[in-house]
Amino acid sequence: MAKEYPTKITATDFSMYYGQKQALHNISITVPERRVTAFIGPSGCGKSTFLRSMNRMNDLIDGTRHEGGMVIDDVDVYDPTVDVSTLRRKIGMVFQKSVPFPKSIFENITYGLTLLDRRSKSDLEQVVEESLQRAALWNEVKDRLHHSALGLSGGQQQRLCIARAVAVNPEILLMDEPCSALDPISTGKVEELITELKDTYTIVLVTHNMQQAARVSDYTGFFLMGHLIEFDRTRTLFTSPAKKETEDYITGRFG
Amino acid sequence: MQAPFTSHHTVSKRVLGLFAIGIALTATVAVLGVILGMLADFAVKGGPELTWSFLTEYPRNSNMEGGIFPALAGTTFLVLLMTLMGVPIGTATAIYLTEFARQDSWFARSVRFAVNTLAGVPSIVFGLFGVGFFVQFVGKGLDTASGSSVFGDGSLLWCAATLAVLTLPVVIVAVEEALRAVPRELREASLALGATRWQTITKVVLPNAVSGILTGSILAVGRGAGEVAAILFVGVTYSAESLPDAVTEKFMHLGYHLYVLATQSPDVEATLPLQYATTIVLLGLTFLLNFSAIYLRSRLRRR
Ligand SMILES: Nc1ncnc2c1ncn2[C@@H]1O[C@H](COP(=O)(O)OP(=O)(O)O)[C@@H](O)[C@H]1O
Ligand SMILES: [Mg+2]
Repeated sequence: MAKEYPTKITATDFSMYYGQKQALHNISITVPERRVTAFIGPSGCGKSTFLRSMNRMNDLIDGTRHEGGMVIDDVDVYDPTVDVSTLRRKIGMVFQKSVPFPKSIFENITYGLTLLDRRSKSDLEQVVEESLQRAALWNEVKDRLHHSALGLSGGQQQRLCIARAVAVNPEILLMDEPCSALDPISTGKVEELITELKDTYTIVLVTHNMQQAARVSDYTGFFLMGHLIEFDRTRTLFTSPAKKETEDYITGRFG
Repeated sequence: MQAPFTSHHTVSKRVLGLFAIGIALTATVAVLGVILGMLADFAVKGGPELTWSFLTEYPRNSNMEGGIFPALAGTTFLVLLMTLMGVPIGTATAIYLTEFARQDSWFARSVRFAVNTLAGVPSIVFGLFGVGFFVQFVGKGLDTASGSSVFGDGSLLWCAATLAVLTLPVVIVAVEEALRAVPRELREASLALGATRWQTITKVVLPNAVSGILTGSILAVGRGAGEVAAILFVGVTYSAESLPDAVTEKFMHLGYHLYVLATQSPDVEATLPLQYATTIVLLGLTFLLNFSAIYLRSRLRRR
């Protein structure tokens, strides 16, 4: 569908099960590179499950099983030869609940880098500054890099988590309702950030907030009960949806 | 019509409530009284004996005089060795159960069942197990294999091993609890950054659970430190000329010393002050361990 841009992620007839329960039904979608793609839909419709299928976070849950294809850059994500750590390093993730490690701001940012190899101090300092600049947090925290990250406000913590994800130099950023615990001002900052980051990263954003999807995304997919009902340019989806269910949802007739 | 009925009802309920509170209060005071009375009794009868030389001298004259130094030292060795053996194994088991095992798997369920069963086994049974398994089977086996006679008799080593098994359930349960208290989100954040499971455990989970692990270990050690029945046949001795030179030697132990004083002495009456003083030392040791566990736990809560 997203023909105008190169494709980054392709799901083909992708299904996911939690034990006996099927959470995703034959999802087929192409996510464009360096754009913001939003997933909307009522709670429990499978948005998070689909997002977590992309970096195989669902592997961590006992009894999950998938069918169909999930391809990123010509690599089948679920191929047995894929190294999950390498895959996840290529795909940053930002969660609904901001979860800084109970360490310093500096250590939070460098966590992902130090997993791989030793880096010189100056090297790390440079990455910390760059990442915090990217996440529009540098000016607020540059004087207390070695203080605990838990001392930051909720909005700052979420931007720290974005900086932490960006620090390992990923190509994709998966964001699962990153603003749902934030006040409107912090939400505004994160949305602004998303718009800036899309020049560099392919962003997939799950949101329960339709206005947010309309504001920041280029493409939007509407999920309902584990099905991808409709996927189109955000403008098209919100102004002239092709499906009755989509129209009902965006006009607030249910959900 | 209804008002008197209601008020009557409330009054009787209130009386019943007061009565219940009264019983609970009396019970609490009684328990407290028993404990304090016991401690006071020990202090009065054993206090005068409790001198520096009592702690630093060897017993003399068939344990009728002198101090408890070898028993105090032996108990300390035992506790240290037991901790070194039990805590790593218990921690590893807890890590396996919480971080790796499928929670509904047959194996994990069996291990949990075994741990719970182990927790309810009387100490004397562990003592028999210590003799049967560690001394007779492992020790004699090692001796036969090496053609020597080093391991095939009761010793500090086998006592520590027996107590390590006895305290294993305490360690496992406490460490599991500490690991579960680490939020799932922290694990996921680490894994999402490309950390392996093992990196996530060492860099995120364990540092966040360390106070809980320490608390659990200390509680386990406290349980082990006061234990006599479990080591009765496994290597304690009632008198020793010197401290053990190796873990394969027999050793003296505070709890066992107390048992010997109270039952095996030529004149049991005459050793009563020594018995009380020994009791104070033994209790002091256990209290110290429990209080440090409580202190650690409260610090953990505050964070
Ligand atoms: N860990 C899990 N175990 C079992 N079922 C789950 C689990 N996580 C999610 N589900 C189920 O999968 C469906 C989709 O959930 P989710 O992807 O979280 O939806 P959304 O993010 O759109 O709210 C829901 O019915 C939910 O109950
Ligand atoms: Mg969700």
